[in-house]
Amino acid sequence: MAIISIHDLVVEYGGRRVLDGLSLDIEPGETMVLLGGSGSGKSTLMRHIIALERPKSGSISVKGVDITRCSQADLKRVRRSMGVAFQDGALFNSLSVEDNVALPLREHTSLAPSIINLAVWMNLAAVGLADFGKLLPQELSGGMKKRAAVARALALDPEILIFDEPSSGLDPIVAAELDELILFLKQAFQMTVIVVTHELPSAFRIADRIAMLYNGSFIAVGTKEEIKGNQNPRIRQFLDRIPDNSAPARAIEAYFEKYVQSPEVKP
Amino acid sequence: MATITERVGKSTLEHLDYVGGLSIQLWASIRALGVALPVTGNRYRWKASIVQMFQIGVQAIPMVGLMALCSGFILAMQGASELRRVGALGLVIDLVAIAFTRELGPLLTAIAVSGRSASAFSAEIGTMMVTEEVDALRVMAFEPVEFVLAPKFLAALIVVPCLVVLCNVCGIAAGGIFMFFSTHLGPGQYVHGVMTSIHLRDVITGFIKSVAFAVIIVQVGCLEGFRVRGGPEAVGRSTTAAVVKSTFLVIVADAVFTAIFYFTGGH
Repeated sequence: MAIISIHDLVVEYGGRRVLDGLSLDIEPGETMVLLGGSGSGKSTLMRHIIALERPKSGSISVKGVDITRCSQADLKRVRRSMGVAFQDGALFNSLSVEDNVALPLREHTSLAPSIINLAVWMNLAAVGLADFGKLLPQELSGGMKKRAAVARALALDPEILIFDEPSSGLDPIVAAELDELILFLKQAFQMTVIVVTHELPSAFRIADRIAMLYNGSFIAVGTKEEIKGNQNPRIRQFLDRIPDNSAPARAIEAYFEKYVQSPEVKP
Repeated sequence: MATITERVGKSTLEHLDYVGGLSIQLWASIRALGVALPVTGNRYRWKASIVQMFQIGVQAIPMVGLMALCSGFILAMQGASELRRVGALGLVIDLVAIAFTRELGPLLTAIAVSGRSASAFSAEIGTMMVTEEVDALRVMAFEPVEFVLAPKFLAALIVVPCLVVLCNVCGIAAGGIFMFFSTHLGPGQYVHGVMTSIHLRDVITGFIKSVAFAVIIVQVGCLEGFRVRGGPEAVGRSTTAAVVKSTFLVIVADAVFTAIFYFTGGH
């Protein structure tokens, strides 16, 4: 049985359809990458999977609970089984890294402070930040912030771990380190992992399956090999990095030609 | 013509939306107030409330005290210049005492707290919105109203009336200093004059106003923060709007309360 089941999901903002009848099943223990270009709707889909927004129609079931219609109490219960690492970390700047990680443990469990400290250290160690717990988020680099956010997302031992653009804004080495971290976490904790990204190397490194979004619809869902071999023109364009429309480039060229011919430039 | 109608309609809907949002938030924060209480509530929220009491109240003491002293001197001097002509200089005591307990104490305090704290609330929450910290709270099964707003609400409800008392004392003391230097009226006689001129009703109406103003400042400041969408410039706009709207609503509420007390008090 799917751990997350999206059925006929429709999302509209001000009459503009952003997600158009999406359906997808995510199996327990798999890594699903939501891949797509800017404006394809992948972040909107993620925000609906974590119930930050309500759709116009359709349903999203997480562990059998329809989070688009359930009570606040049920939603809270479902959310405790999810960990989310936001794009820029979303760490609380007034709290140290270890307090950020400890926050959900202090508030949602009755664990003794010594056990919480141990759990915090273990989570920070799992993401390679064991020596940085006392620092404030603003004292961390971009990659460290993302890893700290992962440590916080791991705090309540979630069954589902969600990453929003984990590689964005990182250099290739740090991005690759984060990919390896995602693979390690999946292997170590047997979690279901959902990754929203537009980074192809990252997607093909970590995915079990890839759901490719274009203009609010899935144009392909399959394994890495199936996506790589797919001949859909939109998928080929995305994978082969072909510009959508060369007209702006021609327009810029014409503008510069005109500028070079102008009296301002010619003596 | 249609354009004017459309504009009026749009503006009306926007204002209704704002009032609706304010009402929903007020109701949610009243329901969440219990979590910020000591002993029965959540100890982390109570600790946050104490921090807020320090920031809203203790740090505002010099500003409120100085504003009250200056206003007390101004009121006493302006009143004396007119009352001296009719040989009623002694009425300056009544003027200062009644004006501060009924009106100036709550109003001056509200303006000072609005300028200092409404802007701070909106900037803090607005920044949390921009950096996805509020989303992170929701995803970690925290209610942002309980986590962020309730401690501020409780703190303001406690410290604003205290600041009003301080403002009244400083304002009335300024009147006493003026009377001492202008008429050599002793402190004991001045205090006696103040005690005979003000009634318990004046103090109670001032207290009711101060609680209402605290509610307005916190709710408007926080709502402006929660409505931030976009980037840093939206935070700046919300900060300005928080001060302008809360000050405006405080004055409107003051007029309403004064009218109610006037017509129900048998003046």
